[in-house]
Amino acid sequence: MKPAPFEYHAPASLDEAVALLATLDNAKVIAGGQSLVAMMNFRYAMPDHLIDLGNIASLSGLHFDAQILRIGSMTRQREIEFSAALANKVPLLKAALAHVGHRQTRNRGTLGGSLAHADPAAELPTVCLALDAEIEIVGAAGARVVPMRDFTNGFMTTALGYDEILVAVHIRPWRLGHGYSFQEYARRHGDFAVAGAAVLLDANHDGVIERASVALCGVADRPIRRDEAETALVGQVLDESIIARVASLAGDVEATGDIHGDATYRRHLARVLTTRALREASSRMTTKKRETA
Amino acid sequence: MTTTHSISVNINGQTYARVVEARMTLADFLRHEIGLTGTHLGCEHGVCGACTVLIDGRSARSCLTFAVQMNGRTLTTVEGLNVAVGLSPLQQAFQEHHGLQCGFCTSGMLMTLTELLSDNPDPTEQEVREVLTGHLCRCTGYAGPVRAALAAAEHLKGIKGAA
Repeated sequence: MKPAPFEYHAPASLDEAVALLATLDNAKVIAGGQSLVAMMNFRYAMPDHLIDLGNIASLSGLHFDAQILRIGSMTRQREIEFSAALANKVPLLKAALAHVGHRQTRNRGTLGGSLAHADPAAELPTVCLALDAEIEIVGAAGARVVPMRDFTNGFMTTALGYDEILVAVHIRPWRLGHGYSFQEYARRHGDFAVAGAAVLLDANHDGVIERASVALCGVADRPIRRDEAETALVGQVLDESIIARVASLAGDVEATGDIHGDATYRRHLARVLTTRALREASSRMTTKKRETA
Repeated sequence: MTTTHSISVNINGQTYARVVEARMTLADFLRHEIGLTGTHLGCEHGVCGACTVLIDGRSARSCLTFAVQMNGRTLTTVEGLNVAVGLSPLQQAFQEHHGLQCGFCTSGMLMTLTELLSDNPDPTEQEVREVLTGHLCRCTGYAGPVRAALAAAEHLKGIKGAA
């Protein structure tokens, strides 16, 4: 099928884009277009106006300062995947990107686009949730920052107002040498995940877990953090019995079901994928002595 | 509502100026406006990979891109892979290693593999298979295209070494 007619706008500045979004009726922002254009081809989405962020240079790129990494919303997934600095500081991003679509869609797809689209099975929102990322938003009423925990409100629904644009993602990298893993199950590589698990671990020099993050995609109407599982990890030295207990807690959720898998199957996947992610994250963790006390 | 836009695009080394409706996808633009029907259109929602072209050297789905977004960009389609006489080394390898049967997916695969070999002249089989996950082929079972890609890489290395 072909998209319904629309008017195309390609503003050169963020201010211009915000002004257009505030004044035009039934307008939609397009980032990389890798989900939106498919929806427009099917006529699931029929905007009257399309506002392309592709010409706004300030929305692209990675900026590091002492504590915070700022990734512009229009930064292509490819750039994140192949950034040596990111592979070092936030290796979970690269691990998850291997599962995001295909090379051909990552070349155009953006980080901000994936977050704003908010597919419950999507990897990047799940990783941002695991990392306690903060989402920088600009709208007609000004700028604000929303924690990722409050950014997704439900099935493909976010905190973004109709007149707001996702501008950047702020991430505080974990200590160098932390453990990380992203595991997912999809019927074919690159397909939407049936379910997935992101795990971050950090331990002191005795191997005692001091900090843990466990997030799941595909099991609920949005990516979810598993606080009970995280609490059960902290203070422990990982072994198979701890992993089994934590994975069981992670999978103890009210899961959604659809034609790709019912709720029971998704809870099962959550347990299995969390188990694998804990094992891999643990094996990658460098339990060297902390640089700071 | 049906506003039109003047665009100028470099395709396979030649500049084309056209007036397009905003809603025209790049795939339809290439096929119907420019007449480059080597770019095939399968699913029209970014899954099958048949419509893959290079945008500024990067593989992309032409069904998930609007022609109006391509103003000032440089595109390569399968027609741009031809060398002066005959087939490119990658195309030749597809012929020799049963890289295609019906040929519908072939032009897309060739574009993706052209990008891969230009980024990485010595890919592993795993790397070839990984980029080909973005293409659906119902004839070959992918074994032929993977062999062809690896053979083309070997051949290209030979040319480079001899030069």
